[in-house]
Amino acid sequence: MVNAAKKIPVGAHYGWQDWLAQRVTAVIMVLFSAVIIGFFMLKSGVNYVEWKELFRLQLFRILALLFLLSVYYHAWIGIKDVLMDYIKPAGIRVGLQVAVLLFLLACSIWSVTIIWGA
Amino acid sequence: MKFIIERFDPNQDQKPYFKEYDIELEPSDRMLLDALIRIKSIDDTLALRRSCREGICGSDAMNINGKNGLACITKIADLKEPVKLRPLPGLPIIRDLIVDMTQFFKQYNSIKPFVINHDPPPEKERLQSPEERLELDGLYECILCACCSTSCPSFWWNPDKFVGPAGLLAAYRFIADSRDQAVNERLDNLEDPYRLFRCHTIMNCVDVCPKGLNPSLAIGKIKEMLVRRGV
Repeated sequence: MVNAAKKIPVGAHYGWQDWLAQRVTAVIMVLFSAVIIGFFMLKSGVNYVEWKELFRLQLFRILALLFLLSVYYHAWIGIKDVLMDYIKPAGIRVGLQVAVLLFLLACSIWSVTIIWGA
Repeated sequence: MKFIIERFDPNQDQKPYFKEYDIELEPSDRMLLDALIRIKSIDDTLALRRSCREGICGSDAMNINGKNGLACITKIADLKEPVKLRPLPGLPIIRDLIVDMTQFFKQYNSIKPFVINHDPPPEKERLQSPEERLELDGLYECILCACCSTSCPSFWWNPDKFVGPAGLLAAYRFIADSRDQAVNERLDNLEDPYRLFRCHTIMNCVDVCPKGLNPSLAIGKIKEMLVRRGV
């Protein structure tokens, strides 16, 4: 009998979603970075008070969170890809992927507490 | 002229090693393959594949000074000395410059490299308009030398799962063919994080293709079709 577990099945029927998400999050990161760079260029010598003032704006807080979530999601896709390339045993790979996911989830929660905490 | 060639005979050697050759070239030796044939006339233990000697059969693909190419259309005058020759990277070495292409052709076969058309065959042939035929330019010229796939890190890491640039170029060649009716099956077959999406567009394939083809562009079009189909 053929040992089916030894066959290499492919055809997971996903992939383009990650590909698209990676590009969308990249665009968000570029746009937010441009806003931040623009802010620093327009206001030479930004001090802590002004910086805090900026984060008092609810819209800016949301944009900052959107940026950070984009960073985490972008990182998740990238690291998942790296793990898929280099970690061959599926069990270890899933374990590491879960660890990365939990870490990024913690980062997300932490980001919310930082942005809305101060 | 100095050549350093990677040698490996599985019957004798534990692992590959480099052997130096210093040979006198004749004025008629213009291409790297001419030099290799001259080396082989001195040392007939050197094993390499070659056939048409004009860049059509794709037999003599090898790693030339760190970059994959066909020996028969690589000008000796353009090469930096010493010329370092190695077998195509990432595939098992059979002997010296000859690699086992099984994995490469397995991937090529997996994309069903033939027109699938369920209509009854016409008396003569399935016709295409000149515009429809134009779609295939830049796709059909591939000679399957494996220069591209064996320069692709994604193919090195996952040769059993990632189709590789040559296979994906061929896949798009049939997706783009107006006579082919299996576009959805073909896209289904490629909708996979390994088979297609291991490609991260580093474009080594475009850099090395001896026929000047652009697998990255074809892969990009397949990705675009999958996104358009899915969103």
